[in-house]
Amino acid sequence: MTWDWEKLQQQRKIRGEGSPEGPPRFDDVFEKFRSARGRFPGGMWLVLALILLVFVGSSCFFTVAVDEVGVVQRFGRYVRTTAPGLNFKLPAGIEKVTKVRIRHVFKEEFGFRTIEAGVRTRYATGSIYQSESLMLTGDLNVAVVPWIVQYRINDPYKYLFKVRDPTGTLRDLAEATMRLIVGDRSIDEVISKREEIADDAKNLLQIELDEAETGIRVNTIEMKRTTVPAPVEPSWNEVNQATQERERIIQQAREAYNKVVPAAKGEAEKTIRAAEGYALDRINRAKGDAARFLALYEEYSKAKDITRRRLYLEAIQEIYPKLGNKYIVDAGQKNLLPLLNLGRSQGGKP
Amino acid sequence: MKVKPLVIPLIIAAIALFSSAYVVDETEQVVITQFGKAVGEPKTEPGLYFKIPIIQNANYFNKNLLAWDGDPGQVPTLDKTFIWVDTFARWKIVDPLKFFQTVNNVIGAQSRLDDILDAAVRNFITSYPLIETVRKTNRKLGTSFEGVDLVHTAQPLKEITMGREKIIKGILEQAQPKLAQFGIELVDVKIKRLNYVEQVRKSVYSRMIAERRQIAEKFRSEGKGEAQKIEGNRDKELKRITSEAYRTAQEIKGKADGEAARIYAQAYSKDPDFYSFVKTLDVYKKVIGKDSSLILSTDSDLLKYFKGYRPSD
Repeated sequence: MTWDWEKLQQQRKIRGEGSPEGPPRFDDVFEKFRSARGRFPGGMWLVLALILLVFVGSSCFFTVAVDEVGVVQRFGRYVRTTAPGLNFKLPAGIEKVTKVRIRHVFKEEFGFRTIEAGVRTRYATGSIYQSESLMLTGDLNVAVVPWIVQYRINDPYKYLFKVRDPTGTLRDLAEATMRLIVGDRSIDEVISKREEIADDAKNLLQIELDEAETGIRVNTIEMKRTTVPAPVEPSWNEVNQATQERERIIQQAREAYNKVVPAAKGEAEKTIRAAEGYALDRINRAKGDAARFLALYEEYSKAKDITRRRLYLEAIQEIYPKLGNKYIVDAGQKNLLPLLNLGRSQGGKP
Repeated sequence: MKVKPLVIPLIIAAIALFSSAYVVDETEQVVITQFGKAVGEPKTEPGLYFKIPIIQNANYFNKNLLAWDGDPGQVPTLDKTFIWVDTFARWKIVDPLKFFQTVNNVIGAQSRLDDILDAAVRNFITSYPLIETVRKTNRKLGTSFEGVDLVHTAQPLKEITMGREKIIKGILEQAQPKLAQFGIELVDVKIKRLNYVEQVRKSVYSRMIAERRQIAEKFRSEGKGEAQKIEGNRDKELKRITSEAYRTAQEIKGKADGEAARIYAQAYSKDPDFYSFVKTLDVYKKVIGKDSSLILSTDSDLLKYFKGYRPSD
């Protein structure tokens, strides 16, 4: 219907008619059109020319989104790159524009595919993708290495014209590069040094992409969880368990050690202190005894006989009351045995 | 109706112009043929060109980098390991005229590339051991288990003399001259994927498992060994601590005993006889008790006054 509407507008312009009063009815339009045709024999041609003009005119401008640039070719030859916004070019057939998203970060996944991105992103890791990530390591083991390449188009000219399939080339090169890097590392390194591998792969891949003139700039290579093939995995877990077990056993032994050794050290300290106590005791006693003897001796030396006698008697006085049976025998009595029943006090009691 | 006679020639002229003009894109190059025979130089620069309509024909060829993806195939290496090799190459049409005359189009070229590259890849991979294709340099392989000496179930890893990059270069150098005759320049060849075939993979897996088991066992026994060591250390430490304490205690005591002896000797040596007298009395006090019986003679010093008051002598 727009076609008719356009025509009507054109007719109006030609006849210099003013603004319409409400939407025209179809019959009126038809009638007017017919009469117009009668009056202007070249009318049909004019209409066609106008349509052509509109078509050509509409192909003279284009908009480029913020993350894009427009690459303009005139008769196939590259002429300019335009910035985002409204741009003009020569009409279709002469100039052609291709828009390239240079600011957008593209992503290629290897060894898996994101099924559904979201809070809980789901991945597909089928056997088809597995062959992308299965690779030989430098020690001729097999590792599963999934990864992501994020890239931008930094040279739209090269991207469009130098390589037929830049994305396919990127995929091929990324796979070849990753295998080259992994092929020079042991399985342990592949699993534990992912950062290092990602860095090396990024540098090497960039060199390859530049050489191939793809116009692609690698932003990052991100390694996903590198692992070993499923059949081998249990034995790897076993190693982890064994490490844990080793730690546990060692900790237990250390515990037992710590349980007794500090206590023994305390005990040793105690023994030494006791010995020191003994020493002090011994020396002090000796000194005391010596002092006592010397003091006594000093007095004794002044009156030797008397002191001697006094000491003797005092001792006797102290000893005799403590004695059990005391027998006094006359010096003349020679045979004592009949008088004594020795040992009576020990064995005699019932 | 006056316009009509003018319009028809105009339309014819326009058609003629349109069919004689052709555009060469940045990614293309064109060979003009006249009745199937190439005429003039190939147009390799992009832009607008003209030809004789109907008689001349424009044949378009790619100027940009094209890809060749090899058919992944089973190849034995020199050490008789079967592997899957997937290669790809990138190539360019550098001489469109030659290309047009020999292979005609890209599909024709792909089959020539298949023939030449597959053979070259096969040749090189079969003439070297697997390790040469896998590795790039003789970089020392690190292990996260320092000090674990693996008793390799397979033969130990050999040093490489070629490496993947040189093998690739060899393939390229072998294939390139053969492709030049088609107007093709082989830019590079790369090994995209390299894997064991199914049967080999199984045995590799069991080798990997065995290796890991070794490591696990090693860790377990290491743990036990370490624990024993600690236990031994503990016993030793205990013995050392107690004996050292004993030694120190004895030393202290001995020194004290010595000191005491010195002090006694110094004091008592003033009058040994008096000492012996005093000490003897002391001993009497200690050793004579309730259980002792005493028979005293009236001769004794104590009882010398018992029988009379006169001095006995």
